[in-house]
Amino acid sequence: MAFFISESSQGEYVMKKILSGNEAIARGAFEAGVSFVSAYPGTPSTEILQTVAEEYPAIHAEWNPNEKVALEVAAGASYAGARCMAVMKHVGVNVAADPLMTLPYTLIRGGLVLVSADDPELFSSQNEQDNRHYARFAKIPMLEPSTSQEAKDFMIEAVRVSEEFGTPVLLRTTTRISHSMGVVELGNEKGGSIPSLERHPAEWVMLPANARVRHPVIEERIIALKSYSDASPLNFMEIGSSKLGIISSGVAYQYAKEAFPEASFLKVGLSYPLPEELIRNFAAQVDELWVVEELDPFMEEQVKALGIDCRGKDRLPLCGELNPDIIRGAITGTVPEDRGVQPDLPPRPPSMCPGCPHRSMLWALKRNKCFIAGDIGCYTLGFLPPLSAIDTTLCMGAGINHAHGMATVFGPGKEKIAAVIGDSTFYHSGITGLLNLAYNKGAALIVILDNSTTAMTGSQDHPGTGVTVRGEQTLNLDLENLVRALGIGWVRTVDPYDIKQTRKDVKEALAFGGPSVIISKAPCVLLKSRKVSGRALTVDTDACTGCKVCIGLGCPAIEFRDEKAHINEMCVGCGVCADLCVPKAIGGEK
Amino acid sequence: MNVLMTGVGGQGIILASDMLSEVMMRSGCDVKKSEIHGMAQRGGSVMSHVRFGERVDSPLIPFDSCDILLSFEELEAARYLKYLKKDAMVIINRYRLAPPAVVSGSRAYPDVVPFLKEKTPNIHLVSGTAIAEEMGNARGVNIILLGVLSTLLDPPESAWYDAINSMLKEKIRAANIQGFKRGRQIQIQ
Repeated sequence: MAFFISESSQGEYVMKKILSGNEAIARGAFEAGVSFVSAYPGTPSTEILQTVAEEYPAIHAEWNPNEKVALEVAAGASYAGARCMAVMKHVGVNVAADPLMTLPYTLIRGGLVLVSADDPELFSSQNEQDNRHYARFAKIPMLEPSTSQEAKDFMIEAVRVSEEFGTPVLLRTTTRISHSMGVVELGNEKGGSIPSLERHPAEWVMLPANARVRHPVIEERIIALKSYSDASPLNFMEIGSSKLGIISSGVAYQYAKEAFPEASFLKVGLSYPLPEELIRNFAAQVDELWVVEELDPFMEEQVKALGIDCRGKDRLPLCGELNPDIIRGAITGTVPEDRGVQPDLPPRPPSMCPGCPHRSMLWALKRNKCFIAGDIGCYTLGFLPPLSAIDTTLCMGAGINHAHGMATVFGPGKEKIAAVIGDSTFYHSGITGLLNLAYNKGAALIVILDNSTTAMTGSQDHPGTGVTVRGEQTLNLDLENLVRALGIGWVRTVDPYDIKQTRKDVKEALAFGGPSVIISKAPCVLLKSRKVSGRALTVDTDACTGCKVCIGLGCPAIEFRDEKAHINEMCVGCGVCADLCVPKAIGGEK
Repeated sequence: MNVLMTGVGGQGIILASDMLSEVMMRSGCDVKKSEIHGMAQRGGSVMSHVRFGERVDSPLIPFDSCDILLSFEELEAARYLKYLKKDAMVIINRYRLAPPAVVSGSRAYPDVVPFLKEKTPNIHLVSGTAIAEEMGNARGVNIILLGVLSTLLDPPESAWYDAINSMLKEKIRAANIQGFKRGRQIQIQ
């Protein structure tokens, strides 16, 4: 996007740009001299690595199969002396939690920043976990920006803190920080660090004798960081009215400021470890003290543990995102005014796209009366009626294991248990589950929905696409061979648009006694390489009997009016409905 | 000033709100903008908050504070009534995209204007989609609606062209400028 030259607050000319929080973090990494960035896509964090790949060619950028890999390769880069950043969504940090818990024991050379993008309100996630706890759990410092400008500035500071204190640093954002846009003053690149090979076995080999020595180092570091938190310019007071004092961080600070512009604020940017002296000092200056934070009472409980009386989650919600109106209502104790009747409008939930290859495969499984353990991806949307085809969704990679657990309990031939998992999700954490299925003589049917991309997050490449994040040619993994190598004997690659054959293949796979894998291979319709024609089909309304078989596919392009099916302009001509249409009323291009 | 843009994923709302933000930044305003990406791409409701002025704190528009609602789709205009200021300016694109319950025939597509009238008399329906189709590209509806919106805001016409030129690739600039000019001709007051 364009930048614009304008006068800064100091009267100098500066470049200004409107950036999302994610773009600002990428810019901050560039200005801080970061030379290595790793990530697995996940809303709301995805655009950070994409921006690095597109805008900063000197930085090495890579999509990793999962977040554990992303953090571990970043650690390797740091040990080699490079400044680095590992990027993931909140639940991705769970996957990376194993290295995260021990990484602080080890010596950090190049600054290492872990970016966790949390998702209060669950706009696109399976839970609403508050990853600030990870900072306390792993005993690492945490920075929480409130604006795009701070997202850039804090990224730079996070790298500096990481190198000064020799620790990984957590930069925590939320959806409203990552995806909101604001004006950012751009700075210059600092210049990167030069890699060099060193050996620090006592600090890098975490066997018990060494780790035992390193643990006290972490505890001492946290004490030093507490002093730094009190002195850091990231934590500051804004003294207004003494009647109301608000301690806040992240986007909640902006909402609270909007709701109570006259109040006194303690703006917390470095929120772990908390600035204890600053908090005591602030509390002494105000009559009523509130801690305003989204999700858990992370700061509130620590403030109370200091023996300071404050309010917060007795009125503020634990669930969902905040906004200025919720905060105003909680602090003043008033119920918001009646804003007139909100009409009951038909909802518009996200749905699988017209022509999506997942639709027909889910339909075929459903028609074969399968219990369908799902996973994380677009196919989760197959949960919605009329398909109603997803029976479980827990986390990345869980579906295969659900199916194995259930099928094992029921015993052979009792229930039809299947799992669906996308290609990117399979590479992320499905491989070990499939290996387990083969090893433990499971009998479930596993369907890998291979649409040649990471679709839900907006089409990112992965080891099965043959292309890197920067569009360079690379490994294009042969999925069928991989599945066979994991010990699965019954493997078949099918074209899900051939719905009748697909249904037969599913039946055959279910009839096979052992573990079976169907690879449902067709590119995502949003990809340029898609197979469908793009031309809309039409319905011969005289021939249409109104049987609604096509409506059962749940395709947004098929409408039902006046007892007949109609195809709207969203149709991309995949032809699945035409194949199912008994009176052959659907036709046109195919 | 608070502008809310609503519609359905794929209508070009995010680019339109990006462009509005760019113009207001170039006019010396502080600007914040917030919307949800991700699942919204799959045909879901999309809402973009754009706020500008001397200083903007919250990236979300507080309730009862939206000055202008620009809805790219008729039904979506009434989904966020709580944000509207009394007497807010409402511009609705004449375009109906049936949500799933209407597609399946279980609900009727509602007329939302009566609901909006309870909040404000300033409701204008414009035929942005029809004009875009007439001009040869239905996807150009966003720039036409931005043209309509521009007549209600302070920045001069040239500021919008600066933003279009700096933000769009050369091969699509001329068509967008044409669409923007056509939008400015639509009289809404």
